Amino acid sequence: MSVTTAPANAIRLPLRGIAAVAVVVAAAVGLQLSGSFTFYRPIPLLLGQLSLGLINGAFYALLSLGLAVIFGMLNIINFAHGAVFMLGAFAAWGLATPNTWLGMIQPGLQVPDWLQLGYWPALVVAPLIVGAFGYLLEKTVISRLYKLDHLYGLLLTFGLALIFEGLARNAFGSSGMPYRIPAALSGPVDLGFMFMPRYRLWVVVAAGGMCLVTWLLIEKTQLGARLRAATENPGLVQAFGVNVPRMISLTYAGGVALAAFAGVLAAPIYSVNPNMGSSFIITVFAVVVIGGMGSILGSIVTGFGLGIVEGLTKVYYPQFSATVIFLVMVIVLLVRPAGLFGKAA
Amino acid sequence: MSVTTLAPTAAPSRPFDVLGFSSAQAWALLVLVGLIVACPWVIYPVFLMKLLCFALFACAFNLLIGYVGLMSFGHAAYFGMGSYVTAWTAKTWGLTPELAILLGGATGALLGLAFGWLAIRRQGIYFAMITLALAQMSYFFCLQAPFTGGEDGIQQVPRGALFGIFSLKTDMAMYAVVAGVFLICFLLIHRVVHSPFGQVLKAIRENEPRATSLGYRTDDYKLMAFVLSTFVAGIAGGTKALVFGIATLTDVNYAMSGEVVLMNLLGGMGTIFGPVVGAGIIVWTESALAGAGSWVTVTQGVIFVACVLAFRRGIIGEIAAKLRITL
Repeated sequence: MSVTTAPANAIRLPLRGIAAVAVVVAAAVGLQLSGSFTFYRPIPLLLGQLSLGLINGAFYALLSLGLAVIFGMLNIINFAHGAVFMLGAFAAWGLATPNTWLGMIQPGLQVPDWLQLGYWPALVVAPLIVGAFGYLLEKTVISRLYKLDHLYGLLLTFGLALIFEGLARNAFGSSGMPYRIPAALSGPVDLGFMFMPRYRLWVVVAAGGMCLVTWLLIEKTQLGARLRAATENPGLVQAFGVNVPRMISLTYAGGVALAAFAGVLAAPIYSVNPNMGSSFIITVFAVVVIGGMGSILGSIVTGFGLGIVEGLTKVYYPQFSATVIFLVMVIVLLVRPAGLFGKAA
Repeated sequence: MSVTTLAPTAAPSRPFDVLGFSSAQAWALLVLVGLIVACPWVIYPVFLMKLLCFALFACAFNLLIGYVGLMSFGHAAYFGMGSYVTAWTAKTWGLTPELAILLGGATGALLGLAFGWLAIRRQGIYFAMITLALAQMSYFFCLQAPFTGGEDGIQQVPRGALFGIFSLKTDMAMYAVVAGVFLICFLLIHRVVHSPFGQVLKAIRENEPRATSLGYRTDDYKLMAFVLSTFVAGIAGGTKALVFGIATLTDVNYAMSGEVVLMNLLGGMGTIFGPVVGAGIIVWTESALAGAGSWVTVTQGVIFVACVLAFRRGIIGEIAAKLRITL
């Protein structure tokens, strides 16, 4: 998360990286020319999977961004990030259909129509609710761990994830709740070269925009400067009169709010179900290892990039689509153990 | 036994000559053996076998977290792959149980060699994330590979006859084998921890740069400990597959990795008997809450949070600290 400025005289080409890319490209060209494998695929298939890959990439980017921000400030890997993503989706569902779950608590309990918040208000309100919840969580539980080994943070948040998921499964079952795509975003949109479901386009744009806003907030504002300073040396920043503990709480709240935002975006695509987060979070961990948690921009780029890689694998080698990100992780660990954008430990 | 200066936690009490047990540990071991012998006459043996398999799995994990300070969050991979290979070889090749279980252990060790070699390139929190991601990769492998039977798993695995002579059809015969496997591996782990090799492991746990500066190749030691641990995890998985006659995706799932962490946390990381106690409690709660849906998950989450916040030394660790002994 910190900004590193390389000394002006130390421009080092990432020779091993370039060599690795060159080998892959040469192998691909060789395969194509020898005629044993062709890279040609029907364009609509390619574009369709690419757009799906971009969507997954958008979620990877939002989630790994939140993880990186939290890790930078709290030195904790938030295992509950997937569960929080799920809570965001459930918050959107709960805001849209309050009468359903109020009826589960007490039959006949109803709210007036104007309190049933649709997709657009939920996009703001759900992250706020989950963020506030995260704030309380940090204040009450997580803040007790800062003097301990980082691993305890992982264990605690893993426990929290189990609690949230178990409770959600008890309350709503495993099958999931439908959440409708808002009317303004349903239907396809003609991009000139392909038809894309309007909602998919929206997810990519919204997630990309949110990543950009977060990046600007951290890199270009005074608040972000304080945040980065506190990441480097909390004691000194506190001595300058900045309320660092509150900043830490707000960072955690912000990080989980990002995950909740992703959850709301995901609600109409996947069914809203208690397991939607846990399948994501482990892949996001691999994304974080690949990108390294050193830079904000790095986690955004890695997230989107790996989504695209996954989409392409679905076209060329569908059997590997579930594992390709982990395989990329293995290669990165071999070539550049600190991660693509990470600093060597 | 003069290298105790490296390990600040080493017991002040005089160790026995054999296996390096302190007297408190020797008594605890006697109690454990007594329980293993007496319990099948009181408690359903299949439940006890499950408990012993998980206790062994937890001990294997403890070798890493407790004595090297390595947090592997993907131990289900070795347990699960061990169980698949044991089940497959016992069913398809008709191997005798001891060979099938050994092959399961070898599978765990080989996988551990590959994954460990990759994962020890990073430390601390990254190590945990990498092992978890690699384990998830093997989960997807098991989901798709033809020999694992996908969602159905490998079913109706025969228990066979030990050495081709003693039939294991009855639960009591199987129990004797499981208890034997457990005790052998338990003593093996204890022996490793209390060997000069184990002292180096503890030195790495306490201060890795210092161990490096003393001339130890810490990465090699870590990898050796990792492979040992995954070997025992594979043995535990294989034994479980034979007990229940089934190997499924549950064994490779990340939830299983979480469970083994929880057993150690609850029982006491870095104590010899803690993982056994932790495994006992977790397996017992699971069977007690079996009909209560996802409350098992919630309970486990609450135990996680409570342990991390309130007693990080675990049950056995707290008892040992109260009584000022090493257990």
